[in-house]
Amino acid sequence: MVLSKTASQSDVSVHSTFASRYVRDALPRFKMPENSIPKEAAFQIINDELMLDGNPRLNLASFVTTWMEPECDKLIMDSINKNYVDMDEYPVTTELQNRCVNMIAHLFNAPLGDGEAAVGVGTVGSSEAIMLAGLAFKRKWQNKRKAEGKPYDKPNIVTGANVQVCWEKFARYFEVELKEVKLREDYYVMDPVKAVEMVDENTICVAAILGSTLNGEFEDVKLLNDLLTEKNKETGWDTPIHVDAASGGFIAPFLYPELEWDFRLPLVKSINVSGHKYGLVYAGIGWVIWRSKEDLPEELIFHINYLGADQPTFTLNFSKGSSQVIAQYYQLIRLGYEGYRNVMENCHGNAMVLKEGLEKTGRFNIVSKDHGVPLVAFSLKDNKRHDEFEISDMLRRFGWIVPAYTMPADAQHITVLRVVIREDFSRTLAERLVIDIEKVLHELDTLPAKINAKLAIAEEAESQTGSVKKTDIETQREVMAYWKKYVSERKSNKNKIC
Amino acid sequence: MVLSKTASQSDVSVHSTFASRYVRDALPRFKMPENSIPKEAAFQIINDELMLDGNPRLNLASFVTTWMEPECDKLIMDSINKNYVDMDEYPVTTELQNRCVNMIAHLFNAPLGDGEAAVGVGTVGSSEAIMLAGLAFKRKWQNKRKAEGKPYDKPNIVTGANVQVCWEKFARYFEVELKEVKLREGYYVMDPVKAVEMVDENTICVAAILGSTLNGEFEDVKLLNDLLTEKNKETGWDTPIHVDAASGGFIAPFLYPELEWDFRLPLVKSINVSGHKYGLVYAGIGWVIWRSKEDLPEELIFHINYLGADQPTFTLNFSKGSSQVIAQYYQLIRLGYEGYRNVMENCHGNAMVLKEGLEKTGRFNIVSKDHGVPLVAFSLKDNKRHDEFEISDMLRRFGWIVPAYTMPADAQHITVLRVVIREDFSRTLAERLVIDIEKVLHELDTLPAKINAKLAIAEEAESQIGTVKKTDIETQREVMAYWKKYVSERKSNKNKIC
Repeated sequence: MVLSKTASQSDVSVHSTFASRYVRDALPRFKMPENSIPKEAAFQIINDELMLDGNPRLNLASFVTTWMEPECDKLIMDSINKNYVDMDEYPVTTELQNRCVNMIAHLFNAPLGDGEAAVGVGTVGSSEAIMLAGLAFKRKWQNKRKAEGKPYDKPNIVTGANVQVCWEKFARYFEVELKEVKLREDYYVMDPVKAVEMVDENTICVAAILGSTLNGEFEDVKLLNDLLTEKNKETGWDTPIHVDAASGGFIAPFLYPELEWDFRLPLVKSINVSGHKYGLVYAGIGWVIWRSKEDLPEELIFHINYLGADQPTFTLNFSKGSSQVIAQYYQLIRLGYEGYRNVMENCHGNAMVLKEGLEKTGRFNIVSKDHGVPLVAFSLKDNKRHDEFEISDMLRRFGWIVPAYTMPADAQHITVLRVVIREDFSRTLAERLVIDIEKVLHELDTLPAKINAKLAIAEEAESQTGSVKKTDIETQREVMAYWKKYVSERKSNKNKIC
Repeated sequence: MVLSKTASQSDVSVHSTFASRYVRDALPRFKMPENSIPKEAAFQIINDELMLDGNPRLNLASFVTTWMEPECDKLIMDSINKNYVDMDEYPVTTELQNRCVNMIAHLFNAPLGDGEAAVGVGTVGSSEAIMLAGLAFKRKWQNKRKAEGKPYDKPNIVTGANVQVCWEKFARYFEVELKEVKLREGYYVMDPVKAVEMVDENTICVAAILGSTLNGEFEDVKLLNDLLTEKNKETGWDTPIHVDAASGGFIAPFLYPELEWDFRLPLVKSINVSGHKYGLVYAGIGWVIWRSKEDLPEELIFHINYLGADQPTFTLNFSKGSSQVIAQYYQLIRLGYEGYRNVMENCHGNAMVLKEGLEKTGRFNIVSKDHGVPLVAFSLKDNKRHDEFEISDMLRRFGWIVPAYTMPADAQHITVLRVVIREDFSRTLAERLVIDIEKVLHELDTLPAKINAKLAIAEEAESQIGTVKKTDIETQREVMAYWKKYVSERKSNKNKIC
């Protein structure tokens, strides 16, 4: 007798995932499924769908670290189940955070006495760091105004229009007015002169950026400090400075140590930096450091007792993973000054290789400076037939993710492509990117212009419906209308730079 | 000729870490080291120091998940370098978040039409979720008051004194007054009657907790809804409800599906839940769901364009890891209703085993209810000689981390020990914990009372200096003073419950 089982009688766990029914069932999207499925199937299904995400290491849009050493990956995985906020239970992890805060405070030349503990905290990113710093400024300013018997209901903050979106979030969520210094063509960062002019009695701080998201440029914090010091002498308002060093904070001390931008300038009261950008840690860690205890109002701090000692905390998030804090400490002691300097010099060198390769094509203007965050922002010399957005789209076919952006007000007519050079972007990749960009240019040269194509289709449609042929002026107006609509669509869609 | 190398001439990479000089050098604590060290040494040094942290799985203080399947660990590690906020670059990860939001919204009976997208977002934890929900209530209330021409500068929120610290943070950072309903002995959650009494025209919402941190109890949201509906009819204030279901949100639908606490109640406008508690994901993921679009003011939402479609975002954090979102989706489809139900039933069963074991000792009162979050909160029937804090300290020697807390106002004289039963706390561990608690009790019984010991030392000291012997009354006063100081130290140190 032949013994045969029907498919439904076989032990389900025998089937390899792709032989099982789990890859035939529609994956739930809106509601939880009723039944469980085997863990192998769950893993495979999710893993496979995620193949369609971009490759993080080819994501040249992002400043955020995409590679770490395997030893660090192991530390990360070993601590993935540690809830950072349980300070009582994980005292070593808590101490590692404190060590990082102290190391970074010293990196930024905080005026600390020997053995004096720095004032700062680890956050989930620069967004949280900026909100905490902004909150501290707002509360300090309110207390000062209350003591003076003056109104304190209309706080504002002065920044450049090139600020990252988290400043707009801070302003909107914490009810602070955002006064932006507009940019202009060829000047894509905050002008310190204009910024100081905009400062009034309701200004809680002026925020300067070390490493603008748009073109990597460092704002002149020293000039801002000097001009604001003068104004403070006249007005007596004592307006402070915050430096958003999200990108630049881990670059300037190693590549440009003589550049004065940090606590060496007296008006700088707090600084934030992203551990997950050039701090060389995966996404999920930022740092904010205050100059001294006086710059962080006590009423914002919550005190938790651990091991009989007071652990003050000032964060928006509570429970979160410990892995990134441990990874940051790993990088700080593994690399040291020497290692970070080497990494930043390599990034800078490879940025120059890319920049020179692009210049050699003769088709691009380089918008970024050599001095600043290692990135290359470039725009087409002639973008009438094809523009930067098309280049960005076509590069995707090769696997590269290179974003195109329009500048904020008042330089919205400028569009740039931006490549961020991270630690793991080698010279080989830089050269390959140049070759692929050349291929894209070549292909675009053979294609008709998008606007001409639209017009041709329109004319085609008209001749088919037999309408009267338009005069030259009408045709010209139509071309202008198409062009304006096309450009404004692009502008409104693509203006949010991350 | 014998060729010998001195130690310093050997190639450093030859030495095993523990043979190298790196384990003799003092580890940097305040400043970054000048030089790099090998990655193996960095790994080993950090790994070894972290051995002195508590074992996360024996950390019975925390609700936050400490174990996941290896398949999920793999998904986590594979996506550790994906920055979640790059929606353009990682469209699948973004869609997984959206699917989770929809699944959780349906789990909470959000009134959605067929194919209608839910309104919600993934956060880093319930803290961020609560801040976002609170912000939405505050803004909605402000807009309403402005439209009515009434003052909007004194918003308040009504909660129980048993709220988790993140509500206090929200109140302090977003300038909302916190009106707390005091507890009383034997009633450790918010009393809906008292809460509704405290509601006034400046109340932006009433926050109920499903799964109080102190004793796991579910607050009666239905009663609150009914009472508040009546009051709203009288006053016309339209005060809404927010449910902080940080713990309970992933328990109630599976263990108590008939319990009405979610969007089935008309006044409930938003709910937060921690994915990293009974959502069974590692620390770093929470969810907030709004009833409908109307409950989330448009002006708080930032619009980012990706893939030509609008992706609205409303978060405090920007860059963060993608791993926890993917892990949450894994759990939702891997387990389904069936799996979550099984896990919660197991947790409940093991909580009962622990509770019965403790009751059998005859030394404890059980403060937690059977119905609610699977945890066991218990206090000593007689804590005059030794108290719960001493039991907590002595359990540490066995490796268990069992915290002791005093209740908030007005029940500060009650101290409890609390054991949280998570997914990975098996019956074997429950039985072992009971045995170890019995050992601790036995040992404490043999030790003199701490207060008597202090008094004895004091008397000893006095007799040595030869002061006049105190009268009985003076001695009694001294004892009382010692006792009050001891208790108040404990209270102030240990009152922050996480």
